[in-house]
Amino acid sequence: MHIVVCIKQVPDSSQIRVHPVTNTIMRQGVPAIINPYDLLALEEALRLKDCIAGTTVTVLTMGPPQAEDALRKALSFGADHAILVTDRAFAGADTLATSYAIAAAIRQIEKKEPVDLVFAGKQTIDGDTAQVGPGVAKRLNLNLLTYVSKIASLDLDKREIIIHRRAEGGVQVIQTQIPCLITMLEGSNEMRFASMDNMFRAARHPLQIWNKDAAGIEDPAKIGLKGSPTVVSKVFAPHAKTIKAEQIDVERKTSKEIATAMLSKLFREHPKLHAEIAKLAG
Amino acid sequence: MSEQNQSIPPVKKAAGRKKVELDPRLIAYKGVWVFIEHERGEVHSVSWELLGEGRKLADMLGVELAGVVMAAPGESGARFCQEAGFYGADLCYLIEDPVLSDYRNEPFTKGLTDLVNQYQPEILLLGATTLGRDLAGSVATTLQTGLTADCTGLTIDPENRSLAATRPTFGGSLLCTILTLNYRPQMATVRPRVMPTPIPAPDTHRTMRIIPHTLGMVETDIISKVLQFIPDNTQNKAQLPFADIIVAGGRGLKNADNFKLVWNLAKVLGAEVGASRPVVQAGWVDTDRQVGQSGKTVRPKLYIAAGISGAVQHRVGMEDSDVIIAINNDPNAPIFDFATYGIVGNAMQILPALTEAFRQNLAAARLAS
Ligand SMILES: Cc1cc2nc3c(=O)[nH]c(=O)nc-3n(C[C@H](O)[C@H](O)[C@H](O)COP(=O)(O)OP(=O)(O)OC[C@H]3O[C@@H](n4cnc5c(N)ncnc54)[C@H](O)[C@@H]3O)c2cc1C
Ligand SMILES: Nc1ncnc2c1ncn2[C@@H]1O[C@H](COP(=O)(O)O)[C@@H](O)[C@H]1O
Repeated sequence: MHIVVCIKQVPDSSQIRVHPVTNTIMRQGVPAIINPYDLLALEEALRLKDCIAGTTVTVLTMGPPQAEDALRKALSFGADHAILVTDRAFAGADTLATSYAIAAAIRQIEKKEPVDLVFAGKQTIDGDTAQVGPGVAKRLNLNLLTYVSKIASLDLDKREIIIHRRAEGGVQVIQTQIPCLITMLEGSNEMRFASMDNMFRAARHPLQIWNKDAAGIEDPAKIGLKGSPTVVSKVFAPHAKTIKAEQIDVERKTSKEIATAMLSKLFREHPKLHAEIAKLAG
Repeated sequence: MSEQNQSIPPVKKAAGRKKVELDPRLIAYKGVWVFIEHERGEVHSVSWELLGEGRKLADMLGVELAGVVMAAPGESGARFCQEAGFYGADLCYLIEDPVLSDYRNEPFTKGLTDLVNQYQPEILLLGATTLGRDLAGSVATTLQTGLTADCTGLTIDPENRSLAATRPTFGGSLLCTILTLNYRPQMATVRPRVMPTPIPAPDTHRTMRIIPHTLGMVETDIISKVLQFIPDNTQNKAQLPFADIIVAGGRGLKNADNFKLVWNLAKVLGAEVGASRPVVQAGWVDTDRQVGQSGKTVRPKLYIAAGISGAVQHRVGMEDSDVIIAINNDPNAPIFDFATYGIVGNAMQILPALTEAFRQNLAAARLAS
């Protein structure tokens, strides 16, 4: 079986700071990581590789040349092949243009070896759109399975897969045919540690680096900023409310006095809340 | 090459953007649509929230607001259409077909795409639920149009008559406003509870126009089969999004044992318990109690935050609460920048004192009544 996992290198958004004056992202010193949701996808692919002999896992990313680091990391976890799709022409792509490029690259991959499963992350932590996965599936006409919490069975002879997926209000158990595209839900697994062997292999392993021609882009008008229907018209910091919290006087007060002062203020200024709370508290 | 998925907004384009003339083929696209999501006999509240928002957009544009209902026969599709009218829709498109009894990507994508192609709306809104996100991504790709996910604000850009969709990016550190120029429809998803729920106005005089449509697909066309649906056990589940009062705790409480103080206060108030992400990650409470950007959006009448710093990712999930009381021992904690009331102090002492004060107050009120 051949599995392709789409990963994206993202800035670790927990460490991102916004410049207070220019409202731009200060990326200096912010580490680039593999999108955490993509690690869930990669781990699930590696688990299938562990239990189905002859399975190969290819990781694919579209990004700047530095995204090589993300691919090497993926190799160190146990992926077999890595492809970096990189070209200035991809710059500024929104989700529609990104899914076009990734779908094209997967078609190129298929020319060498048919693809049975494609994994993507549920969403990225920088773009956060959760659309590239469904977009790629649609373009490649793959059955789409989003928010998968568990792969219950996979029958390669019948080419049939059964999964559990999160739906509104419950879990759907769905049976479909491979090839399909799966996005994994958080909490479904946890990334393994890289083995020594794989770490050494990852450092030396040759990456395939594809520009837009190698990636099989047929219509250059569909990639990058040109191929993106959406444009960002404005970027701004979430405005701080102008009113600061009204502080309850705590100087030389006991907790009890503070609490009493809080309550009388609350109920004086928001009389309806009292009835509301009395109703709820029963 | 570093700019992808809107992750780094192409700021150069932001300044001095010119008015864009719409492609003549696209001028025919008129009207605002809301996809009406339902499950087990009830419409998802996010659809009503979107109709409220859609009404405003439609009025700004001077066009009609339509709902789209897709259901299996016997699933009260027509009733959902009527209800959509109470929430402001002028008309509804209704597809009823047995294959729509469970959500599956293929038939829903076909149904919605066909409707769009035939009736050509300029704006199409969906809830950013698991269903909405699955469907919106497929529909936008099929239609080759722009889709802005997880918006927190929608308005019309007067210059271009186009949808200006604002959404958080970089984990909420920044907001960006996104336009879809020269592609129609302009699609957007919005998370539940981000928009207020409009007040329904059952109006007996107005008749809802229902435009039926056929799906043109049979079960054997569809590869994916739903073998089983395992409903969530809602009994012990937190109902955070609709709670009127929420007591939430953060990492400042230090350990799971101290977190019980949050539960104690919640119990006295008949409130739900919420938490910041580190609390959920530490396993002190279940995931469905996380408030914030990657958790739930809430809008209670009263939100009490104890030991929560007020990081932007938490803030975006709760800043629309009517009243916010923040307890934090750091007078410079960001939460004091947007809370209604602040108490600078040790949550381990303030929480029990508040619990006792509320208990006594409520007991007195009960006696008096
Ligand atoms: C992509 C992404 C998504 C995220 N999504 C979410 C989300 O959905 N929800 C969320 O909450 N976070 C989210 N976060 C995390 C967020 O950035 C913050 O790290 C988190 O909200 C901080 O939680 P906290 O306030 O409980 O902890 P801390 O930031 O550690 O703050 C603890 C606070 O407690 C105070 N304190 C300490 N001791 C006491 C005491 N004895 N009494 C009173 N106060 C005390 C401290 O002064 C401090 O202000 C996300 C982050 C990222 C990168
Ligand atoms: N540039 C990219 N290269 C490879 N995969 C990507 C890229 N962008 C997005 N993806 C995949 O699509 C998923 C959803 O991304 P998004 O729609 O940006 O939230 C990610 O988790 C990745 O698996």
